[in-house]
Amino acid sequence: MTILLDVRDLAVDIPTEDGTVHAVQHVSFAVNEGEFFGVVGESGSGKSVMVQSIMGLVPGARTSGSVLFRDRDLLSLAPEQLRSVRGREISMIFQDPLSSLHPQYTVGWQIVEQIQAHEKVSTKAAKARAIDLLDRVRIPDAAARFDAYPHQFSGGMRQRVMIAMGLSLGPALIIADEPTTALDSTVQAQILDLLGEMRSEFGTTVLMISHDLGVLSRVADRVMVMYGGRRMELGAADAVLCGPAHPYTAGLLRSSSFNREPGTPLVPIGGRPPSLLAPPEGCAFRDRCPDAMSICGTKPPVRHYDDGTEVACWLESTPVEPDPPVLPPPSLLASPDDPIVKVDGLRLTFPQRRGEPRVVLDDISLEVRRGETLGLVGESGCGKTTLARAIAGLVAPTAGTVEFDGAPTGNLDRAQWRDLRRRVQLVFQDPFGSLNPRRRVGSIIGDPFRIHRLASGAERQAKVQELMELVGLNPEHYNRFPSQFSGGQRQRIGIARALALNPELVILDEPVSALDVSIQAQVLNLLDELQRRLGLTYLFISHDLAVVRHVCDRIAVMEGGRIVELGTADEVWNDPQQPFTRRLLAAAAPEIPREPRDRRLLPLSVAGAGQQPVSGHPADRHAADRIAVEVAS
Amino acid sequence: MTRFILSRIAFGVLVLFLLSVFVFMLFYVSPSDPARIIAGDKATEELMAQIRANLGLDRPITEQYVTFIGNLLQGDLGYSYRSSMPVSELVVSRIPVTMSLVFGGMVFWLAIGIPIGIVSAKHPGSVRDRLGQGFAIVGISFPTFVLGMLALYLLYFVPTKLGFMLFPPSGYVPFEQSPLQWAWHLLLPWLTLALVVAAVYARLTRGQMLEVLGQDYIRTARAKGVDERRVTYVHAFRSAMPPLVTQLGIDIGLMLGGVIVIEQVFGLLGVGSLAVTSVAMQDRPVVIAIVLLGGVFVVVSNLVVDTTYALLDSRVRTATR
Ligand SMILES: Nc1ncnc2c1ncn2[C@@H]1O[C@H](COP(=O)(O)OP(=O)(O)OP(=O)(O)O)[C@@H](O)[C@H]1O
Ligand code: SF4
Ligand SMILES: [Mg+2]
Repeated sequence: MTILLDVRDLAVDIPTEDGTVHAVQHVSFAVNEGEFFGVVGESGSGKSVMVQSIMGLVPGARTSGSVLFRDRDLLSLAPEQLRSVRGREISMIFQDPLSSLHPQYTVGWQIVEQIQAHEKVSTKAAKARAIDLLDRVRIPDAAARFDAYPHQFSGGMRQRVMIAMGLSLGPALIIADEPTTALDSTVQAQILDLLGEMRSEFGTTVLMISHDLGVLSRVADRVMVMYGGRRMELGAADAVLCGPAHPYTAGLLRSSSFNREPGTPLVPIGGRPPSLLAPPEGCAFRDRCPDAMSICGTKPPVRHYDDGTEVACWLESTPVEPDPPVLPPPSLLASPDDPIVKVDGLRLTFPQRRGEPRVVLDDISLEVRRGETLGLVGESGCGKTTLARAIAGLVAPTAGTVEFDGAPTGNLDRAQWRDLRRRVQLVFQDPFGSLNPRRRVGSIIGDPFRIHRLASGAERQAKVQELMELVGLNPEHYNRFPSQFSGGQRQRIGIARALALNPELVILDEPVSALDVSIQAQVLNLLDELQRRLGLTYLFISHDLAVVRHVCDRIAVMEGGRIVELGTADEVWNDPQQPFTRRLLAAAAPEIPREPRDRRLLPLSVAGAGQQPVSGHPADRHAADRIAVEVAS
Repeated sequence: MTRFILSRIAFGVLVLFLLSVFVFMLFYVSPSDPARIIAGDKATEELMAQIRANLGLDRPITEQYVTFIGNLLQGDLGYSYRSSMPVSELVVSRIPVTMSLVFGGMVFWLAIGIPIGIVSAKHPGSVRDRLGQGFAIVGISFPTFVLGMLALYLLYFVPTKLGFMLFPPSGYVPFEQSPLQWAWHLLLPWLTLALVVAAVYARLTRGQMLEVLGQDYIRTARAKGVDERRVTYVHAFRSAMPPLVTQLGIDIGLMLGGVIVIEQVFGLLGVGSLAVTSVAMQDRPVVIAIVLLGGVFVVVSNLVVDTTYALLDSRVRTATR
């Protein structure tokens, strides 16, 4: 095995108005040729900054350390040399395939541009190659779609285009930053399969970032766990994921809903990640760690196990299993006789320019029982959000009726309408699009108080900061703008805003799909707790059956504007009746088995000299010295 | 696309119709008497009645308006009360001056404003950025006539005192007569106009570019190995363009109706200076003609902007295909 990418002691500092963000702090790892290397960590742990700074893509960043790639240090290359590496030897695939493609150029043009940026080929030849690539990532009718614009493609197809573009020059390394996070779970599975296939076909090495342990457990050979800009654990994927040695990794696995029995509360990691402006002296995870000891106030050493796992932690035994949080008893038991929402024969069509009107919702009848959580699963475009909006009274049905709390939502006067707006709240799925980039976060979250004239001035600020605390945001960031938050942090802003007025029915449209697991668990538990305490009713929309199974009492499966299956969570999960439900099940993340490991922790002094070659820096003869330095510093 | 353009044209015609009614009404309710203006202070009441009858001013307003529109559609805008020249001839003779001023100035303000905006946005907070910003503030806050006078003083008056003529102080030479003289005479007005307007474009360009440069697809372009120049111009500026086109359309449309201050300062007999004299002298037919002309320019430039906008945006373009 040879090393393709050798990152040593990489540190990235980004100067900002508030001070310097120490986004990556002395991280070392090596990616072997041909392997699938996964990086996992919470939002804001510095994963994206790390991989982007490797390619010199973070404007204004100061880097130190070295990134060796094929005998060159990428951090000290001249701009022109770095440019020739980008896209030709190392490609990147980004999280959001819509915003990552230029909206004003055709997809074909964008692939041709990449080819011509590095090779002197005629446009005709480049076009032929681009069509071939589109064909290989299975874009149907590639030649005709060459001239299509990104907005004419679905999310999954756009990501295929990004992959085709990434592969266009046969790079040695593909860096994929959350390539499937923005996609439906069935499409996610397809894209992952495609990446795997392309890896064997092109012999490419893949470095993939994900916050989803389930995804990584399927595809990764080795995994690195990051936290607060630092490396926590590194090792073979099954060693790290099935038998975590670091308390943080163990915590991540405990808070994953796909990994816990339905009904059992998740065990979130309490608190929130450390500030990267002033990183803590000792272990970055210390104030959230159930195993924390007094020695953890000093920087933990990198410990080595004889199976190659490396862990930055003082702990010498298996991490403890804290008890799940005790939730209050439900204040309201859902019963079939007390529906809060009654939908009967709902049909919704949109007129089209020519021909038949488009049927979006087709003869839907269902009840939402007061106090329950009803899950609504289906792929994007199947009408989930439209149904939710119809229930909230935001779109008028073409036929059929919607009743809220016994009263039809058809003709409401102004006061009733306002009242309905307060009693029914929506949480939207798009953390990027639903926040005005020019407004401060505090004032965005304070909107409901302002609109309904409930609190102002210092009182409003106090309430907003309480909400920020509740959803795991730092209340000190009251005056920040949405762009200064990482993807996951932005989603929490939207949730805080919806919870502000203690509504009765909350429609949660993919509320946690953009969050990483420890925060997912916090939010899911928080939602659960609020429901029990306040007797809230939830309509929970998601494409991810694993999450839905965990949180919902009943599940409705939607396909093409119809409800094809409706039953209790257990029935749907264990005994699916429809082929579509089975497909969804197959795409859901598998449970990761817990396996006790038979391995030995190497003593600190001999660790470097002993069992090195399995992971870390196999070819590095000076490993022992470096470990000594790491311990000392 | 055709449907889109046709509907915009129909809308434009409607706007012009409403505008014509509006100016007509405005003059009808104004207290001044055209007969008095034409005949002078010492005219007899009899003569004035005669003039009113000749002009049709004694008839009901609706009838007057219908006659006016009927004539207008045949290209007849009536006669100037002052010079007795046909209004259409009078106004048309002024258009080339204003057009030369505006389009020539446009070349300069775009050539100055856009590069400043781009450089500022590429290096936000740098010395170059601050210089560019300072330039914008000066351009925006200085009154046009001050800049014009300053230009005249520095580039005409001072050189003349030193014994040579760098630029002529005023006047207009038609392009057909001598392109060189045309440009030489217009250079100072162009530069003055450009200095005033370029500041707006520098700011707009900077703001747009800053926003676009932060977009994910710009990062993608860099990650692809596209060189920085291409990232700036082909990727970023391409997306920053539509708002600039809109602003340009609005500015051109408004200015073609007369660039009053600059025309006055440099003694250019364009539409703007005609407007000033006509308003001062209550020359009603000329003022109506100029207002309508300005309306036509605004409507046409809006049409051009909307069409260009649609052509520039792949989303609009493909939706109407
Ligand atoms: N351009 C920037 N300027 C200032 N701070 C930044 C910038 N980009 C990222 N950060 C900060 O750096 C830290 C790491 O961000 P990064 O995007 O790498 O996190 P991540 O691990 O990729 O998170 P996610 O899972 O949400 O994508 C965060 O605190 C973030 O706020
Ligand atoms: S070093 Fe201490 S605080 Fe940090 S993870 Fe290990 S046990 Fe927990
Ligand atoms: Mg990221």
